Amino acid sequence: MNLKKLTRVLAAVGGPGLLLFSASALAVPESDWRRPWGLNLPQGVTSLSEQVYNLHMLVFYISLAIGLFVTVGVLYSVVKFRKSAGAVPAQWHHSTTVEIIWTVIPFLILLFIAIPATQTMIKIDDTSEYDMTVKVTGYQWMWEYEYLDEDIQFFSRLDRDSDRARRRNPEIRPQDVEHYLLNVDNPLVVPVNTRIRFLLTANDVIHAWWVPELGWKKDAIPGFINEAWAEIREPGVYRGQCAELCGRDHAFMPIVVVALEQEDYEAWVAEQRGDNGTGELGEPVGAQPAAEAGTPEQREAMVEGAPDTAADDADTDVAEDAAGNGEDMSTDDLMAVGRQVYDSQCIACHQATGQGLGAAFPALAGNERVIEDRDWVKDVVMNGVPGTAMQAYARLSDEDLAGLLTYITNAWDNDSGEVFQPADIQAAR
Amino acid sequence: MSSTTHDAHHDHHAPPKGITRWLFTTNHKDLGILYMVFALIMFFVGGAMAMIIRVELFQPGLTLVDPHFFNQMTTMHALVMIFGALMPAFTGLANWLIPVQIGAPDMALPRINNWAFWLLPAGFTLLLLTLFLPGGAPAGGWTMYPPLILQLGDAFPFLIFAVHILGISSIMGSINIAATILNMRAPGMTLMKMPLFVWAWLITAFLIVAVMPVLAGAVTMLLTDQYFGTSFFNAAGGGDPVMFQHIFWFFGHPEVYILILPAFGIVSAIIPTFARKPLFGYSSMVYATASIAFLSFIVWGHHMFSVGMPLAGQLFFMYATMLVAVPTGVKIFNWMATMWQGSMTFETPMLFAIAFVILFTIGGLSGVMLALAPVDLQYHDTYFVVAHFHYVLVSGAIFSVFAAVYFWLPKWTGNMYDERLGKWHFWLSTISVNVLFFPQHFLGLAGMPRRIPDYALQFAEFNMISSIGGFVFGLSQLIFLWVIIKCVRGGEKASDQVWEGAKGLEWTLPSPAPYHTFERPPVVK
Repeated sequence: MNLKKLTRVLAAVGGPGLLLFSASALAVPESDWRRPWGLNLPQGVTSLSEQVYNLHMLVFYISLAIGLFVTVGVLYSVVKFRKSAGAVPAQWHHSTTVEIIWTVIPFLILLFIAIPATQTMIKIDDTSEYDMTVKVTGYQWMWEYEYLDEDIQFFSRLDRDSDRARRRNPEIRPQDVEHYLLNVDNPLVVPVNTRIRFLLTANDVIHAWWVPELGWKKDAIPGFINEAWAEIREPGVYRGQCAELCGRDHAFMPIVVVALEQEDYEAWVAEQRGDNGTGELGEPVGAQPAAEAGTPEQREAMVEGAPDTAADDADTDVAEDAAGNGEDMSTDDLMAVGRQVYDSQCIACHQATGQGLGAAFPALAGNERVIEDRDWVKDVVMNGVPGTAMQAYARLSDEDLAGLLTYITNAWDNDSGEVFQPADIQAAR
Repeated sequence: MSSTTHDAHHDHHAPPKGITRWLFTTNHKDLGILYMVFALIMFFVGGAMAMIIRVELFQPGLTLVDPHFFNQMTTMHALVMIFGALMPAFTGLANWLIPVQIGAPDMALPRINNWAFWLLPAGFTLLLLTLFLPGGAPAGGWTMYPPLILQLGDAFPFLIFAVHILGISSIMGSINIAATILNMRAPGMTLMKMPLFVWAWLITAFLIVAVMPVLAGAVTMLLTDQYFGTSFFNAAGGGDPVMFQHIFWFFGHPEVYILILPAFGIVSAIIPTFARKPLFGYSSMVYATASIAFLSFIVWGHHMFSVGMPLAGQLFFMYATMLVAVPTGVKIFNWMATMWQGSMTFETPMLFAIAFVILFTIGGLSGVMLALAPVDLQYHDTYFVVAHFHYVLVSGAIFSVFAAVYFWLPKWTGNMYDERLGKWHFWLSTISVNVLFFPQHFLGLAGMPRRIPDYALQFAEFNMISSIGGFVFGLSQLIFLWVIIKCVRGGEKASDQVWEGAKGLEWTLPSPAPYHTFERPPVVK
């Protein structure tokens, strides 16, 4: 928990981003399936995905053959049996034999396809054996990953550069962002050659978790848990997106899976635990790479790893320790944390200017009640407003919520002078 | 068949003048025209929304609209096109054509007919009004899945009420059509002598009466979940959000066949006319249509392979869906056999009908691919699905409406349409519709989800091509509008039979058909 906020503070003051993984220098290849002019499904990288791909190609070729038969048949008639070419119409109008033939043959073709389809479906559905479990929770608009056996949990959101480029009149052009809309701050890190069971659910509305190279998608449904599995064969970076319309920012909650060799994965897990010291980890280090860090560099850093710098640690200990010990944080620290949280959680609806968007997403800037009604604003942020897009954020840490509330009551000339401390949040839980 | 021509007493049957003619009319031809004009207006409204979607997707980045507004556009585009353009277009054709095709003087329930039509403008006023409400129009997709749809603002009750009104309109229209077909056929017009358009509509009418109340029930449950504290679809209260999807698609799958069966009927009328050869396999066409309608009730789960159904459920819905390909294949092969050894000419209706056969087949084949549950887990909710249903609904259903309008317009107006402009409309539409939708197959397979306002750079090229196709397709429809206006205002006089190979009762009537027809029933041999 300490490290998480440490990172935020660092990023807010413009320091270099902390790094996800510093154990060893790894080269995890980017999948070469995603490219411009892409035409087809991926063969994928799991023990199942190739079977899915082969079934797709089988039914595609059969469809192609039937489609060509119909097209050629029609066009042949068009050329051959034209009145202008002197064709005289025949008057026959049925033939039981022919009709039986073109009922039975398609049926047999379907039977031929149904056999491999059934076999594949049975395999996809079999989640009985697994080596590890990852729980995936969809939120508007991010993913949460929990490693049930490892006590690792974190959120995964659209990366900063994509986030800056995806606005109208953006600061940077989408064309200048590598992996535009397909990159996240914290990827899901998993080992190869391991049967991973995914438990999928959602917090607010229905989402769908889809990485094409794993060969399937599955809905994440609030109140229900779906199961799926994958055994990734090759180390690499595999990208996907939410596939079920989930509101305004449905297009902006990508998925990145980094598959590592077993020993690298174990080092990563150790890193998560070691840095934290308690085994109770809020988010992996590197939760918010600095805005200035270009995406390619982030990618490199995340995947290849690099040592933490001493300066990183030194800069941020103060605020961290203060919060961790239940002491008050300085207003500057709160504002810095708050801005980070706001930019990742709130900005999509309430906008960078705090002006909101129409009636559905009210303005925070200059909002009398936000400025004046301390308890109300705390309640709304923590518990949401049922029946609206405003969801409950009580899942955030005390420090994050304190920072966020301090930020929204003071930013954009709101200047209420209110300061929320982690202890206030703790008391309100 | 013998025709009935009109006697001296038609004066007091002439339509009243002015606006009251249209407000109070119970005449099936007037109502047919009202339905079709309404459908045409909605076609352009829904088309304008599609243009906004394609402009936003022209290049990466948020270039035109906010994502929330984009979602409103995708949602409203679907609702307007399905309930405002396609269904009223087919109902309008049914109104105008079914009485004259079965030799009836009018529809069985003329006042119901008037009421069913005038509910439509009321329903769409409510629905389109939501664009100007705080929080905007519905943005959760036309499928209205909870819990997302419950986040909708002031538009929510408007949406639910509009769906109720449109449903009531459809049910009344369908009861009227079924009652007309079953009770008002001329002597000798046995069921198995009816034109296939009439057959297709009889079956469609039963589908509508069966499933529209189910949709009404589903949206009513949404309403009580939102305002009256029930938890039908809320897991926290013991409900299940997936149950909505089951109920919705129990309506939704028959609904998509409601949008295509009348198209089958239209194409089955046009191809024999211009091939100058009887339709091949009439009775198997009837049985195939009925089989497709039956299967439509047991395949809804194929829209939901990713929600986590039990294995047995997934396999059942996969097999049942694959079976749909058999009767559909029979229809396509029968149309091919009708053309075989015919003597074809290629006026605009025939061109659209031929394009329908080929392009609908493409949509049908991608449908077979989507039926396979294990691969659907890849295709589902991607642009592959978008390409699939636009092939069957645009180059399928809408092309059949184009074909029908060109085919019967001379009978309605008494004038021939401008064949040269009609051909321009056909070629521009057919080429652009493929530029528009074919690349979307690639986008979906390459990983682009549907219903997104912005996308990764790898999808830029095909999206730009698709948008260009979309703009050309949109502009081409202005030609269609112009052809209709021009034809209504005048043109070469049409003969009674209009087309050399046309057969059936409606072609025995004068062109334009008098206000009242078959007041004395014709005798069908």
